[in-house]
Amino acid sequence: MLKNILQVLRELKKQKLRTFLTLFGIIWGTVSVILLLAFGFAIKAQTSESMHGLGESICIMWSGKTSISYAGFPRGRNLHFQKGDAEFLRDQVPLIGNISPQYSRSVAVRVKDKKQSFNINAVLPEFTKMRNLVPRMGGRFLNQLDEKKRRRVVFIGFDVEEKMFGKGNGLGKTIYIEGMPFTVIGVLIQKKQDSSYNGRDKDAIYMPVSTYLGIYGDRYMDNMVCKAENVEYTDQMKDDIQLAYARKYRFHPDDTEALGIWDTTENEKFLNTFFGGFNIFLGVVGVMTLIVGGIGISNIMYVIVEERTNEIGIKRAVGAKKHLILFQYLTETFVIAGLGTIIGFLISMGIIALTNQLPLKEYIGTLVLDPVIAMTTIIIIVMITLAAGWGPATRASNLDPVIAINK
Amino acid sequence: MIDMNNIKKVYDTGKIQVEALRGVNLQIEEGDFMTVVGPSGSGKSTLMNIIGCLDKPSEGEYKLNQKSVKNFNDNQLSEIRNQDIGFVFQNFNLLPYASAYENVEMPLLFAGMSGKKRRERVEYILDRVGLSERMGHKPNELSGGQKQRVAIARALVNNPKIILADEPTGNLDTKTGENIMQLFIELWKEGNTIVMITHDPRATKYSEKAVKLIDGKIKNQTMD
Ligand SMILES: Nc1ncnc2c1ncn2[C@@H]1O[C@H](COP(=O)(O)OP(=O)(O)OP(=O)(O)O)[C@@H](O)[C@H]1O
Ligand SMILES: [Mg+2]
Repeated sequence: MLKNILQVLRELKKQKLRTFLTLFGIIWGTVSVILLLAFGFAIKAQTSESMHGLGESICIMWSGKTSISYAGFPRGRNLHFQKGDAEFLRDQVPLIGNISPQYSRSVAVRVKDKKQSFNINAVLPEFTKMRNLVPRMGGRFLNQLDEKKRRRVVFIGFDVEEKMFGKGNGLGKTIYIEGMPFTVIGVLIQKKQDSSYNGRDKDAIYMPVSTYLGIYGDRYMDNMVCKAENVEYTDQMKDDIQLAYARKYRFHPDDTEALGIWDTTENEKFLNTFFGGFNIFLGVVGVMTLIVGGIGISNIMYVIVEERTNEIGIKRAVGAKKHLILFQYLTETFVIAGLGTIIGFLISMGIIALTNQLPLKEYIGTLVLDPVIAMTTIIIIVMITLAAGWGPATRASNLDPVIAINK
Repeated sequence: MIDMNNIKKVYDTGKIQVEALRGVNLQIEEGDFMTVVGPSGSGKSTLMNIIGCLDKPSEGEYKLNQKSVKNFNDNQLSEIRNQDIGFVFQNFNLLPYASAYENVEMPLLFAGMSGKKRRERVEYILDRVGLSERMGHKPNELSGGQKQRVAIARALVNNPKIILADEPTGNLDTKTGENIMQLFIELWKEGNTIVMITHDPRATKYSEKAVKLIDGKIKNQTMD
């Protein structure tokens, strides 16, 4: 067996050009599969990370205008979320896991002599979980006590901090919002966010709802954000909200314009389908390349068998059984393919390492040689090699000894 | 040991059918030295291949050690070629990349003999044919006579019941051919059974049985 492999390697060394061309096919195929899938997976992970910047599987709701006349009301009636609506829905729709109203307005902000205007958002503590508003070490998000005691505290985006205080200097400082002092209790960590409504989180200031209402006393809230207790029931939850709301504000239950719901799980579903398809496409392209490589190996093996017809005849004449010859030529095919695979993996790892050095993280994320991709690639190569080697190996083992030995 | 009854061999080459053997009857006993002569194309090699279980007859009964060869499958025939038959060819048929040692070792590998016993056996046989100094040489580093000695050693290495040689001196000069022929005669005297296709008068002198093939049929079978 070992001897067999050594002989194969010796043979490969002798026929440099042929070896190179054969190996090239399999190397090319291996590199294609691994890199294509590595890129595909990395881009997907990257996109999904920035998408989760907005929050995972949440629904953002706006009130709209009725489009169906109902219960004596004409169509075109303006609806508004009002104080208590969040509590009402939480009460009426058990499928809701978290819900928070969101009031917002643009305000003038000052720290020492720096002045700028920002959006403030008044939200409940559970907003942090839904919208991935994670505080940097040392700080925290708004909590129940802040809410209850109407504390003058704010949680700020990292761009607000950078502009008003300088990077990393905001925590615990005082910030003046329309002349009133607030304490910064937390700063948002750096995060990616590719979609938003009323501004990016990095530019926003968050304060307790009670504090906000105490100052501004808004009648209507801008929107609400909620998340299903179990993400799988999101669709059901949306239907229930629509019904409960239609009852409260007396619009037609089928009126789709009275209440607007942006369901980010839809984005996620789309993303999964899109990248699922994209990665399958990349995988298929890679596997095709591998198959072409396999055909190359198969051809070379046919040539090798042809060249060694006399040798095979000699072996059969002195007592080699058919299956031994079959095994020998299959082994040989696997040695060639294995060599190509190893080189292909090394090259792929090199390219992955190099690519990760380039400043492309924002677009393609970090490439990794996923173990699942690696294993799948190896299994596919084994199958292709078996198919590629089978023809030549059976031809070799089925040679008529008399004819073969006289070649 | 060998008993052939009305052996026929027909090669079907598409349009024409070649009748290489047309009813051969032949007996070979243990310890025989049989020579086969005949003009080119008379079927000598064909007969040899059938005796050596490398080929099967189209018709007729071939019994090797009382067993009909017809009933053996490919694996069993391979085992017979490995264990019971030693082939020596006109053009040596050595593996070009393998040393003399490795060429002789090959049948033992197929027989599944263990490493230590193999080494002893190969060294013993190479010594027997006078090549202990040349074990590591490749065929292209050996003279014609030395190559044929390697081939003979390979044929002998599994201690076969019969040695088949198809014009073993055909590709050698007279002097070297003489040495090789001498080696065969010695081997026969040591008790080996030998069937040889040859036109060498020395061989025919020693052989007890001489078969003359003409047009696929045995003309006469003389006993000394
Ligand atoms: N594989 C084959 N296919 C077709 N015809 C064959 C085949 N092998 C041999 N023959 C034919 O069978 C006949 C006998 O051939 P064989 O090789 O046995 O002759 P030979 O006596 O050994 O001749 P030589 O002295 O030249 O070696 C010849 O006519 C040859 O052409
Ligand atoms: Mg012949």
